[in-house]
Amino acid sequence: MKTDMNTENTLDGSIGGSLFNTGIKSDNFMPASIKRGIVLDRIFYHFTRFSAWAVLAVIIAIIVSLFIGAAPSIRKFGFGFLSSSSWNPVTENFGAFVPIYGTLVTSLIAMVIGVPVSFGIALFITELCPQFLKRPIGIAVELLAAIPSIIYGMWGLFVFAPLFGDYVQPFISSYMGPVPLIGKLFSGPPLGIGVLTAGIILAIMIIPFMSAVIRDMFEVVPPVLKESAYGMGATTWEVIRHVVIPYTKTGVVGGIMLGLGRALGETMAVTFVIGNANRIHASLFMPGSSISSSLANQFTEAVGKMYTSSLIELGLILFLITFIILAMAKILLLRTAEKQGRRK
Amino acid sequence: MTTKNWCQLCCKRAAPELNNGFGINNGYGINNSQGRIYRRRKFVNSLVMTASVLTTLFGLFWLVWLLWTLLSQGLQYLKPSVFYLATPPPGSSGGLGNAILGSVVMTFVGVLIGAPAGILAGTYLSEFARESKIAMVIRFANDILLSAPSIVLGVFIYEVVVVSMGHFSAWAGSLALALIALPIVVRTTEDMLHLVSNSVREAAAALGTPQWKITVSIVFRAARSGILTGVLLAVARISGETAPLLFTALNNQFWTHSLNAPIANLPVVIFQFAMSPYDDWQHLAWAGAVLITLTILIINVLVRVFLKTSKTVF
Repeated sequence: MKTDMNTENTLDGSIGGSLFNTGIKSDNFMPASIKRGIVLDRIFYHFTRFSAWAVLAVIIAIIVSLFIGAAPSIRKFGFGFLSSSSWNPVTENFGAFVPIYGTLVTSLIAMVIGVPVSFGIALFITELCPQFLKRPIGIAVELLAAIPSIIYGMWGLFVFAPLFGDYVQPFISSYMGPVPLIGKLFSGPPLGIGVLTAGIILAIMIIPFMSAVIRDMFEVVPPVLKESAYGMGATTWEVIRHVVIPYTKTGVVGGIMLGLGRALGETMAVTFVIGNANRIHASLFMPGSSISSSLANQFTEAVGKMYTSSLIELGLILFLITFIILAMAKILLLRTAEKQGRRK
Repeated sequence: MTTKNWCQLCCKRAAPELNNGFGINNGYGINNSQGRIYRRRKFVNSLVMTASVLTTLFGLFWLVWLLWTLLSQGLQYLKPSVFYLATPPPGSSGGLGNAILGSVVMTFVGVLIGAPAGILAGTYLSEFARESKIAMVIRFANDILLSAPSIVLGVFIYEVVVVSMGHFSAWAGSLALALIALPIVVRTTEDMLHLVSNSVREAAAALGTPQWKITVSIVFRAARSGILTGVLLAVARISGETAPLLFTALNNQFWTHSLNAPIANLPVVIFQFAMSPYDDWQHLAWAGAVLITLTILIINVLVRVFLKTSKTVF
């Protein structure tokens, strides 16, 4: 990409449009082979353009179809859907507050744990790691990001949750429980599964993803900048704090938001360990539900138009939330890319 | 860049005659306050570095634990019969044969739909549209699709395909997987085509080569391994996807030969069996989990061997 930078603009015209608009096609004295080339060119061009537009069409179709599917529920419940916490298939009275709360809280827990840790990992890989370990650790982190979420969920349910409930939760509640205000968050029976467990599993899932993105950001800081800071006697942390972070700030925030987008939409890992109860408890130890886990558990069993439609509206809400987060992330990442003079 | 600079912080307090640029190093032990600042800076630095090492160990700890659990739990149940017997009813013995076949078929069909469309769309972005407005919009849409919650894609396919067909089917599952594969292939194809030097295109154009021929026989050939990488990554990604299959392909306890009917697939079977109270179902779920994870890890390692770069493609 870097080598292309200078020639890219000058070439734009000739490769982009001009071959198709030169007016050559009206020339009757063209050899047949060139004429055929022009026809094939047009066919090829339209094929690729059609595929590219299909991507755009899919996104629009998703939004439109979700709106259509959710229409009965939107008409019936209006904005009250967002604030109502009832979920009763029998009386067909639905509200999204509990799943939205579950989605936001689990993602928040995941970010609180995940952001500092991914930051530390990215820092380790770019600044501290001995050269021979750099690639193995980088690959290990990327492999962790490639493991499908259902594996995390299964591991969370069978291995992590029992240990967490037996050893960690009683410990946390005995120390944090008496603390005023936040004590309530850590009270209740140590079930193992619940909102806190789901948040922790989510954190483990997005750590590799976010550290890979942050590492990529750290690695594009021009060495000259870092070297001049080191040359002045700055410590590694000071170089990070005053050179690397200011230089990559927007990109890192964009990467973190990509991670947040993942956490919000994650389904299987959460479904396994969140407990799937349509209730809001003050305690993080208690089971809850998230938008995606409600969809995964109930969608195929939903009977009745209003039930299905409410579930689809849940999906629509999830899509809109992630859409906004991702759009913001994308804008931030684009801004860093512009600063670095390259496309992202 | 920053208001608080380490250099100012340190040098301002140093005695004027020491402030010669080497103050930071020489100052150690000469001036009491300077030594304290120096020690504090070193302390903060080692504190952060220790934290960084610890977080890395923390991250790797989960990977090791996860893989160790998978191998110790799953390998013992991974018998040959897992590959050729169909999923059993609770209480009797069986395998995952139909689920493996279903997953392979749906992944294959999904990639077969998603990859060509993705390669063409990536070509359009890289070779034709480039920096135009519409390219920006499509790139943005592609990034949204890339990170959209997969369960929402499942709901979308359910509404569009399953409802209109009237039943769950392998086609619907494959289409949902194709939607997940598409943006990955678009992204990698575009990135890889951009790596091809423009002088190559110019040289071909100067010889009077038609545009399509430049793209197909020169640019594609130069970026072949990169494009293949994108397709492989897409395969790795969709072979473990569960959420979009829950209400598109559903599940099937038996062998199916028709793409027009619900089909068994590994992720959904793992989900169902793991959540069940039956021991032998749970054992099969572990075996399936090992199978999927190993497949995906092998594909990812292959991709890295293919393409010797550490750029993250998501």
